[in-house]
Amino acid sequence: MKNLLLSLFVVTAVFSINKARAQSGELKIIDIPELEEIMLQSEGEKLKVINFWATWCKPCIKELPYFVSAQSQFPEVEIIYMSIDFSENADRVEKFAQKKKLNPSGIYLIDDVDYNAWIDKVSPEWSGAIPATLVMKDGKKYFYEKEFHEGELEELIKQKLK
Amino acid sequence: MKKLISLSLLLIALMAFSFKKGGYEVGDKATDFSLKNVDGKMVSMDSFEDAKGYMIIFTCNTCPYSVAYEDRIIALHEKYADKGVPVIAINPNDDEKSPKDSFEKMILRAKEKGFPFPYVYDETQEITKAYGATNTPHVYVLDANRTVKYIGAIDNNTKSAEKADKKYVEDAVEAILNGTEVPEKKTKAIGCTIKWAS
Repeated sequence: MKNLLLSLFVVTAVFSINKARAQSGELKIIDIPELEEIMLQSEGEKLKVINFWATWCKPCIKELPYFVSAQSQFPEVEIIYMSIDFSENADRVEKFAQKKKLNPSGIYLIDDVDYNAWIDKVSPEWSGAIPATLVMKDGKKYFYEKEFHEGELEELIKQKLK
Repeated sequence: MKKLISLSLLLIALMAFSFKKGGYEVGDKATDFSLKNVDGKMVSMDSFEDAKGYMIIFTCNTCPYSVAYEDRIIALHEKYADKGVPVIAINPNDDEKSPKDSFEKMILRAKEKGFPFPYVYDETQEITKAYGATNTPHVYVLDANRTVKYIGAIDNNTKSAEKADKKYVEDAVEAILNGTEVPEKKTKAIGCTIKWAS
């Protein structure tokens, strides 16, 4: 029993070290299998919106407030902010997310710069340019490689919620 | 007969539409251009006599991913220009939308980094549209006949040239020089959206 507890403790400790970054704040650093898992969880009826962005991307930053406002208008929709910043800039992403009042439970950073290996997994339609947004509902995926303008996202959500 | 003509017209229209939308695919013949270089001279593929191929790279001053690749673009040109495959870097961004991508700022950046290759400005964005470039950096490797042999990223590690274990552009150029099949013909990479004029 003691041994079991000890190994459990060790496993948890190792796990916590791996996830230490995630626990120091709201931002979760994930790899591609985790991204795939998040996308897979769209089987349910809940409408999920994943926005791919970066702190260095001007049009991305411009459209972020529209996602925040859509979230307050449609609390039943899950909005996820998937940063593709380099992981060494995680602090910057975190500060930025706070400043922009992004929903803290939905802030992620993808730690994988071999983009060619995973862009198609998000959508074969994605050229790789950001901003890009993936909308999911009932196991269906809708992909938008564009910058949303005021009101557009709300309109899209309304349409998909019907 | 009339029906057949209108059907073919429709087909042609459809083809023209899809062509315009998608830009070049591997196997297409790319158009030449005449664009103003940072040294004030006009540059086209024709400016290079006896070229065995071209690395046409849509890149800019402002995108962090373009900046991350600048040294690698210089290295590619230094490695292959003498072998007949030069880099031609094209800035596709509208300078009203992205003032730091203006022609004057391009001159500054080219000087700062000592670009050994032409860095030209696609002011009308027509060439960018014809090629179908969507982000920066975005590479088109062409052979001597200007047939597109490769479209995509420079390599598979944006952060570090050393850690990249797939060098897509280099492999494509080597294949062209050796007369062999390009191993990886199309890849994708994260990059900055091209700033289109509105």
